[in-house]
Amino acid sequence: MTKVGLQALLSHWLRNPMQLFTLIVGLSLATALWSGVQAVNAEARASYDAAAQTLGEGRFAQITSDDGAIPQADYIRLRRAGWLISPVVEGRLDGVRLIGLDPLTSPSGLATMGADDGNLTIDALAGGVLFATQDTFERLGAYDITRVVTPDAAPGVIITDVGTAQRLLGLENTLSRLLVSPTQPIVQTPLAEVAPHLTLRAPQDGSDVGRLTDSFHLNLTAFGLLAFAVGIFIVHGAIGLAFEQRRPVIRTLRALGFPLRRLIALIAVELLVLSLIAGAIGVGLGYLVAAALLPDVAATISGLYGESVSGTLQLRPEWWLSGLMIAVGGTCMAAAASLFQLARMPLLASARPRAWAMQAGKGRMYQAGLAVGLLVLAGLLGIFGSGLAAGFGMLAALLIGAALALPVVLDRVLAFGASRAKSVTAEWFWADTRQQLPGLSLALMALLLAMAANVGVSTMVSSFRLTFTGFLDQRLASEFYVYADDADQAAELQTYLTPRVGKVLPIQSANQDVRGLPSEIYGPTAHSTYRENWLFLQSADDAWARIEAGEGAAINEQLARRAEIAIGDDITLAGEAFPVLGIYGDYGNPIGQIIVTETTFKRLFPDIRPNRFGLRMDAADVPVLTEALRKDFSLADAQMVNQAGIKAFSLSVFDRTFTVTGALNVLTLAVAGFAILMSLLTLATMRLPQLAPVWAQGLTRARLGRIEIIRAVLLALLTAGLALPLGLALAWTLLAVVNVEAFGWRLPMFLFPLDYARLAVFAVGAAVLAALWPARKLARTRPSDLLKVFSNER
Amino acid sequence: MLLRVTDLVKTYPGPDGPLPILNGISMEMETGATLALTGESGSGKSTLLHLVGGLDQPDSGRVEIDGTDIGAMDDAARAAIRRDKAGVIFQQFNLIPSLTVASNIAFQARLGGREDKAWIKDLATRMGLSDQMSKYPEQLSGGQQQRVAIARTLAARPALILADEPTGNLDEATADSVMDLMLELAAETQAALLMVTHSERLAGRMGRRLHLRAGRLA
Repeated sequence: MTKVGLQALLSHWLRNPMQLFTLIVGLSLATALWSGVQAVNAEARASYDAAAQTLGEGRFAQITSDDGAIPQADYIRLRRAGWLISPVVEGRLDGVRLIGLDPLTSPSGLATMGADDGNLTIDALAGGVLFATQDTFERLGAYDITRVVTPDAAPGVIITDVGTAQRLLGLENTLSRLLVSPTQPIVQTPLAEVAPHLTLRAPQDGSDVGRLTDSFHLNLTAFGLLAFAVGIFIVHGAIGLAFEQRRPVIRTLRALGFPLRRLIALIAVELLVLSLIAGAIGVGLGYLVAAALLPDVAATISGLYGESVSGTLQLRPEWWLSGLMIAVGGTCMAAAASLFQLARMPLLASARPRAWAMQAGKGRMYQAGLAVGLLVLAGLLGIFGSGLAAGFGMLAALLIGAALALPVVLDRVLAFGASRAKSVTAEWFWADTRQQLPGLSLALMALLLAMAANVGVSTMVSSFRLTFTGFLDQRLASEFYVYADDADQAAELQTYLTPRVGKVLPIQSANQDVRGLPSEIYGPTAHSTYRENWLFLQSADDAWARIEAGEGAAINEQLARRAEIAIGDDITLAGEAFPVLGIYGDYGNPIGQIIVTETTFKRLFPDIRPNRFGLRMDAADVPVLTEALRKDFSLADAQMVNQAGIKAFSLSVFDRTFTVTGALNVLTLAVAGFAILMSLLTLATMRLPQLAPVWAQGLTRARLGRIEIIRAVLLALLTAGLALPLGLALAWTLLAVVNVEAFGWRLPMFLFPLDYARLAVFAVGAAVLAALWPARKLARTRPSDLLKVFSNER
Repeated sequence: MLLRVTDLVKTYPGPDGPLPILNGISMEMETGATLALTGESGSGKSTLLHLVGGLDQPDSGRVEIDGTDIGAMDDAARAAIRRDKAGVIFQQFNLIPSLTVASNIAFQARLGGREDKAWIKDLATRMGLSDQMSKYPEQLSGGQQQRVAIARTLAARPALILADEPTGNLDEATADSVMDLMLELAAETQAALLMVTHSERLAGRMGRRLHLRAGRLA
């Protein structure tokens, strides 16, 4: 009996391959969307994990010096004083990060790596060994040192022993930092006595790399959430339509005596198999999407944070499994609702035309109630919530609430249209569109979410870009920037440049934790450049004048928010307290920043000398000065950067950051467009009984086809009309809630009507494209097929 | 007694409360008997047929087939009754559109594990469907589709055939030939035939006749 039932169920797909195709493609695309985003995230995170494992980023307390160089003698003195520490030498070789560790003293858990092939001899070790991935080695020049390819190394990093690193980097007898073992002897001489110029930094909660890149991942995770929501709606729609298409078969099977439970079990198994097939295809497509996006992600993270992400994708079990889970789980969720309906619906009720739609109609009131509840929850979270979880909760409630509200709102709008209809054709058009709503609503929900995501993310990115461009204009006020090789050259340069330009502005900084947060302290010269360009978000009266007089400090917004520092609060810099007199915007900087005047900086950090200079001068003179510096100081091009170059670089990094989200935007919209095509195609095959009477009464097939296109345009436009406010609410949530929690700064929100209009045109275009095929099919339906509706009296 | 219906009551929810459809119907049928059920539209004919076939459940009363009350059965047991004992022929055919004529005819017999290929071939020949076996239902006329639906039920050799206006969509000549065949084959298989019809002419060809009015036997 099971075989016969299965044969009947499967025969439907054989006779209707297009329906099977749309079901599989719908499920596959939803899976691809999700697994693509997840693959990028998983790959990037795996790279950070490798980095954290290799470098022990932040897991151990460290001893550092303000100028980044620790004499080897200090290390020996500290070891003799009882400090269990391990030296680290760090620098760049041919642009690749080289790290030298001491395997004998390094804390356990650091840099456990071996050769790929397991062949590593004592002879090889004696001459120094470089460990890295194959990709990294390919970027390194020719050095006569044994190279060991290991998959354990972080991308873009070479690990070796301290001696080899010192030799290669030209840092004889110098160390970069000292790792402090978590276990220390009870008795040891305090650091201040042994090496008072060195600083002990506490271990950090999360890794530096992790914290720096979390903000970027938040972006992708938020998009992953949206992709998931769009995907689930599409899966739900595809499964719902699959049930609707086979309603007559299911009814007949039951009427002929096929037991309900066995029928449900058969359908469940059939859908499980289909979802596994579609999931596997989706994971494959997701892999292609991720492979296309990953180079941009890698470049973004490298450009923004200087950390490397492997540019190649691996088939990690966690993401392909999660992709399959989305397909199977989404199918189960969607099928559970339909199977529950099937189990509860009386046998004969399922035979009535539109029984399922009527069932959906009954649920519409509950749906409306749930939508209102979720939207109220989103509002409450926006007003009273705090923290990233509340931000994401608000996003989820807002999006799902709006999606659930869509069919209800559209139904009301269409009912209003029907009440205003003058001609009989218009009256039929509105009524027929309303009747189609249950079948189309899930696809329209997916479109709504895709469009809202597009509006929201593009508003956020464009607002960000506008603010960032203005910010660059303010912060990069100097026309020319020069970087010296060392302190001596810096002094010579300052003397050389002073008579040749309007003003030489030394740039000097020191690193220090402020209220437990890693921060950098700058000591700019008192000059109108800063007073005029560094605009405060909040400030005390006469802030710049008082800072220049050494009475206080200014801090960036992220430090103020993270450490909850307000104007007038004190912060401690090198043991001295300073009141905060101003808070300024500092977009793109992941860590805290403090500004004190140059005089104060020199007092606090007497050993630090500036080796960078900003030059105020006539921009037209920049080429002449560049040539002069090249001739007189042999400065490389990389040491001389004009303002336009920096701005272009910063903007290119910025634009690349959001290439990924832009690509995902288009992809999400395209998938939602496909969902509409799928729904329209499915409905087209079931709508002949509704269209045949209208055709018989005088509407030509061509006109019916045109009406189908008009209907798709109308629904897309109505959905776009609702997507705009939803997208703007989404943008506000991202900018004012999620961004503040994640990045530490709040961005002003700008509106971009032209972009929204373009999106609406794109959405309508997608809807027209989706409607074209079904409309063409309808226009070409043979009269004999339409007549069958009457002869069979379905 | 093959079929015994006792005090059958059925209501459906209506806008102003429960709408009575059947009000205490009682009737009986012996093996091999033929019975026409007539009445106005909305008198409850099809509802009675659905209750007898286990397609729906009564509010009260009993439907016994071979002495077993199918009203008290669960869904699986009622499905087994439809599969093995009571075959239903629908006015709207209810063929499976994705299966060929041959598969449709054999379907119910195969469900019940009683496929008899020779009998099916004989049925198809006598129904004039031999040349249509590899076609799909949508490629047949209404009369042909109805003959496939009848053949499907008869192929399973049910003890009780329940026909809901089986010739309602056919012209008079076709209806007569279909009716002839159905009566002939029912007699041949010793099946009892309970047929709902509006047609006085067709009702007159049945052994017995019951008339329903407003949910009661007139």
